Amino acid sequence: MSAESNRGSAGIYEAFRDAIRAEEPVALATIIDGPDAGAKLLVQPGEAALGTLGDPDLDRVVARDALGMLDAGISEVRHYGQHGEARQMDLSVFVECHARRPHMVIFGAVDFTRALASQAKLLGYRVTVCDAREVFATKRRFPMADEVVVDWPNRLLDRIGDDLGPRDAVCVLTHDHKFDVPAIVGALPTRVGYLGAMGSRTTHEKRTERLREAGVTDEDLERVMAPIGLDIGGRTPEETAVSIVAEIIASHTGRQAPRLRDGEGRIH
Amino acid sequence: MDEILDDIDRWQAAGQRVAVARVVDIEGSGPRDPGAAMAVNEEGEVAGSVSGGCVEGAVVGEALELLGGRRGPGITTFGYSDDEAFAVGLTCGGTIHLFVDELDW
Repeated sequence: MSAESNRGSAGIYEAFRDAIRAEEPVALATIIDGPDAGAKLLVQPGEAALGTLGDPDLDRVVARDALGMLDAGISEVRHYGQHGEARQMDLSVFVECHARRPHMVIFGAVDFTRALASQAKLLGYRVTVCDAREVFATKRRFPMADEVVVDWPNRLLDRIGDDLGPRDAVCVLTHDHKFDVPAIVGALPTRVGYLGAMGSRTTHEKRTERLREAGVTDEDLERVMAPIGLDIGGRTPEETAVSIVAEIIASHTGRQAPRLRDGEGRIH
Repeated sequence: MDEILDDIDRWQAAGQRVAVARVVDIEGSGPRDPGAAMAVNEEGEVAGSVSGGCVEGAVVGEALELLGGRRGPGITTFGYSDDEAFAVGLTCGGTIHLFVDELDW
């Protein structure tokens, strides 16, 4: 056990609170039943764990599991043996994960962008708006965005692509092949969980030809949600934004998104 | 947890002891996911929520019991799927398990 992890129980809450405020990923593991109920271990990627659950082997196993849960953004109860053995039920440990905010990158500084950026903020995304045309890509037009970048899509994705993961989204709204194609081609090699592109079916057919010319395979094309959004008949930028974020939620949960009234079973 | 940090800061600065109740598990429908948290100070002031409002009152009671030394840290369950022991129900018919402990860590 490292010196840091031996600091005792004082200061765990402060470290936890400060990490949440700084939006650094952090997981707090707590034993929730048994004689050691309340014992805590604070886990952050790349840092020594703080506190202890009362056993060094248990601490090691829980810290490893907590990092995995942090990546997936899951908070739940896990069961372990006294020394962290799997498939034993001696201890119940609640792991509360505060993953970093998901990131939505919107290509195209158009009217739909404003509504989508606002909707994404409502859902807790960090939002980046990117367009190569500096007259359109201004903070004044998109005050709700965390970042407005004037650049070509492929160049932005070269810089940030490695940081995109399953909880993140790339939405391509430019309607213009000269921006759409580099945006989609740049997003395909990333781990981004959702990749959608706006445009009518005709636009998308033409775009698909250009993408194929750029070397994009059928398998890659399967990943592109186009035309973007769920079929709710949305027309205005605001309605369209709802249909896009609804599609993103349904992709994460693996639902087909019919009406709840017409189905059966659990709603969550 | 995020939404209760400021209140906790204020209470701690005023020398108040604080209990925290966190949703650790839900069965069936539940309005809040695991991780939802509510903080209660010695005077019964509340920050955050753990349900749609159906069990908050009872949670304050548990938190004050804890701060008063009449119970220890542990799991408290609300819902009517178990038995009559749970006087407080969730309108959605689900069951929530909360972990309640003092913020002294």
